[in-house]
Order: sequence, then C-alpha cells, then structure tokens
Amino acid sequence: MSDSVCLAVNGLEKRFGGVVALTDYDIEIRSGELVGLIGPNGAGKTTVFNLLSGVLKPTRGTIFFKGQDITRFRPDQNAVLGIARTFQNIRLFNALSVKDNIKAALHPHMGCGLWKTVLNVPGYRRSERRIEDKSREFLDLLGLLEVENEPAENLPYGLQRRVEIGRALAVNPSLLLLDEPAAGLNPNETEDLIQTIRTLHQRYNLTIFLVEHDMRVIMTICSRIQVLDMGHILAEGDPVSIRKNSRVIAAYLGQPESSAHA
Amino acid sequence: MSGGYIAQQIVNGLILGSMYALVAIGFSMIYGIIRLINFAHGEIIMIGAFLTLGLLQKLQLPFPVAAPLVLIAGAVVGIIIEKGAFRPMRGAPQVTGFIASLGVSIMLQNLGILLLTAQPRNFTFPDYLQSVVQIGLVSFRTIDGVIMASALVLMGGLLFLVHKTRLGMAMRATAENIDVARLMGININRTIMATFAIGSALAAIAGLMWGGKFGQIDPLLGFVPGLKSFVAAVIGGVGSIPGAILGGYILGLSEVLFVGLLPPIYSAFRDAFVFSTLILILLVLPNGILGKKMEDRA
Repeated sequence: MSDSVCLAVNGLEKRFGGVVALTDYDIEIRSGELVGLIGPNGAGKTTVFNLLSGVLKPTRGTIFFKGQDITRFRPDQNAVLGIARTFQNIRLFNALSVKDNIKAALHPHMGCGLWKTVLNVPGYRRSERRIEDKSREFLDLLGLLEVENEPAENLPYGLQRRVEIGRALAVNPSLLLLDEPAAGLNPNETEDLIQTIRTLHQRYNLTIFLVEHDMRVIMTICSRIQVLDMGHILAEGDPVSIRKNSRVIAAYLGQPESSAHA
Repeated sequence: MSGGYIAQQIVNGLILGSMYALVAIGFSMIYGIIRLINFAHGEIIMIGAFLTLGLLQKLQLPFPVAAPLVLIAGAVVGIIIEKGAFRPMRGAPQVTGFIASLGVSIMLQNLGILLLTAQPRNFTFPDYLQSVVQIGLVSFRTIDGVIMASALVLMGGLLFLVHKTRLGMAMRATAENIDVARLMGININRTIMATFAIGSALAAIAGLMWGGKFGQIDPLLGFVPGLKSFVAAVIGGVGSIPGAILGGYILGLSEVLFVGLLPPIYSAFRDAFVFSTLILILLVLPNGILGKKMEDRA
C-alpha cells in the first residue's frame, strides 16, 4: 500500500536558535486526500509548509514524498518532483503579466534546455505551443482569461489569489500546498474558492494540503484535519470529531473548562 | 559653430553611448537578478579589448570571425567570475558581494598588468574598417558605423531574449522574486549564470569597440568606462534594461556634447561633468528615468 502514500513525515523538528517552532511533527497523506491544517497564530503551520517545500531545512526528522527521501532537497528540486505551493501573503511576479506568471512556472517542467532555446529548434517551438495551450487551460479554469495580459500587480486581491493557484498548478504538482487561500477574500470569493479547489482536486487528481483560518472552508472540503498548537500536534481526525474536540476548543478559545473546574 | 559640427558631435556621442549602453545593460541585469553591484564588470571591457587585439593581430583572424569569438569568450569569463567569486557569496549580505566584486576587479587589473605589462598597446583594425565614410554633413570610419549598428542589433536581440523566450521569462521571474522563482521549479543557478554570461558578452564586445574607437588599450582601461556605464545604468534606472540603454546614450551624448560645444579649456572636466549629471538626475528622479521603486531584499 505504500505506493499510494503521497507524503510521509516523521518526527520533524525545526528550531530557530533556541526557539522550537515545531517538534515531533508527523503526518501521512495518501494520494488524492484533501487534508487541512489548522491552529492558532504562531502554531507552526507555515513552518510545516516551508519545510515541506524545501524553503527551510528541518533540524531533525524525515520527509518522504512518494517513497523518496526529500528531507534535504532544494525548493526547485521539490517543485520538479511535483510539490507546489501558494503563499499566505501573495507573492506573485508582480511586473509580469498574469499569463507570464503561469508560463514562468510551466517552463521548467515542460521545457527544453538553454541551448535549444537559444537555437530556437523545432522541438522548442513545439513545447512553446504546448505551454501556450496549458497556460490557457489554467487561465480558463480560474476565470483569468480576460486579465491574462495585465501585470499581476494591477489585479484586485481576489484575482491575485487565483493567479497564485494557477501558477502553483503550472508546476504540474501531485501535491499542492495551499497556505491560507481564503485569507482576505469576501464571502462570495470564498465560496468560489471552495468550488475551485474541489474542481482542481478532481480534475488533476491532486493531493491537497491546506492551511486555513476560515473554518467554513476547512470543514466543507477537508476529509481530515490536523490541529497544531505551539509547535505540537494537538489533534487529528475528521471534521466532526475536530469540531467537538475539547482540547482544540481550548486552544482556540482559552480554557473555559479548566478554569471553571479550578 | 556649424550645423555640421554639431551633427558630427551627435554621431560621436552615439558611438560612445553605444558602448556605455552595452556595458550598462550588464550592470543592470546583474543588479536586477541578484542585487549585486558588480564592480568587476568594467574589467570585462578590458578583457574583451585584449582578446580582440590577440585574435586580430596575433592570430590574424579576420574581423567577422574574431568578433563572435570575443562575444563567446566574454560569456565564458562572466560564467567563471560568477561561479568562482559570486556564487559562494550567495545569501551573504549585499555588501559582501560588493566587496567581492571590488576584489575581482583589482585582481583582474593586476593580472592584466602582470601578463600584458602596463605598457599601452596600439590597436589597429584592418584598413577596410578604418576607411572614412561621408554621409551628408558627418563623416565616420566604417568601424564606427559597425559599432553603432551592431550595438543596436545586440540590444534588439537582448530585448527579444528577455521578453520572448523562456530563458528571459525565467530571468524576469528570478529578478522579481528569487525565492518564489525557485519554488516554481526555476533553476536559479542556471538563470543567474546565463545573466552573467549575457551581460559579460556584451561588455566584452564593448571592449572590442573601445579599442576600435580609441586605438590604444592598457590593462587599466576598464575602470573609468566601467564606472561611467554604472552611472548610465543608475541614470536609466538600475534593474531596467531599456533604462540602461537610454542611460548609456544620454551619458555618451551629453559627455561628447559637453566637450565638443564648450571651450576646450573645460574638456578636462568631462568626468566631473558625467558624475554631476548623475547627481542632478538622481535629485529629480531618485529611481532613475525608467526605474521602479525597488525594495531591498534581505
């Protein structure tokens, strides 16, 4: 069964000097799962994403992606293997057009090398056409065709979020890490986002790991939820059990029971 | 002062400006992609000039063969410098890279003196390139025409590369945000290497032009034009390639016109004039003419 395990993380720890940002972190995500990661601010959620995408290197522990040890891989190696992510604060290539943002991410995965590019061989032109088609597909799916030639920085926030998701898709991932995709969206946009994530999940056979504060998003789309607090795993389970878990409620709302019992 | 004289000065300014522009492009691209002010960039001009001299006069190669070789050799030198001096400094504070570039600059100058002696050498092109062409009121040598035309061709090719090819897209994406580019799977080491190769190739060609224009070269010749090209890049807006081109031509034209139109007694102040121009333009446009406000990236 191990071939259907997409991501397996064991005993991950990250220290920044004396600060322990994350400790004893484990997770196993099966291919095609849609898993949520929640927790109060500073719980270590983004640290988890930074470790998984290779931006940070763990102090201890291992990360296996599809059976391969990627603990010490560089971000671009992870991207080529099929791990893509979005960012909590949008980080687009601002001066590039929407379309070029997506194409820039497509190139390393569908491209050919530097020399073929310089020499402009037929193979280059053919892959250039494939890239064009693929970028149109993502632009269409995310409703960005009308703004494809706008510089990304000119778009409203909600659309910028879509461009980020499109750019992550362009990496051709099997594991998509979404870091607070609903942050800053209004209720309508959030509703659209939920639909979009569902569509992507099915159409591209994606495994999705999602950090989110918006409980509506998490509770409606995730089949499994992990809760982090102060760098520890506090709980893990399906949405219903997480919603009822007293330790989770305590972490979010303070500790009504214990103070009442005290 | 006749119209012909002024037209002649403008042509001279364009010739000088072509060279500044080609060097400024490299400054701007390298700064744009890794926020490095590469003071060794001017030495590539010197290397290009001596390579041209060797290929034309020692090996007796014809000019149309030598020029592309200089271009390629410049790219190789750029790659070596990047790998040897700047890649190990990646991620270090900005000032570290800056100091490293000064070190490379001094090393290359002294290596030049050691290998080639400080004695200036005469630099002559074949006769057919030295013949004088008269067009209307202005006259220039064939080599000057070649300088202006090839600079335009190279710049056109560069803009095409940067805006229409995937290497260019990777370069723009990396310049925009190196960490995100890496997360999108862009091989930033290769992209940065390509940037150095392209910038250095252009500077080496500028060296060929420099020798052709002034007829004499020595191992320290790169420093002043390097500095002025840096000024050109800053005037145009560092990080912007069209800005570097514009800045190069503005600087070349104004320098030549300053010397040509004022009484000869002032011509010793040409360098002072160049740097005063920089200060004046930055007072009005702190980000340069085409530059965008760039936040410092830690």
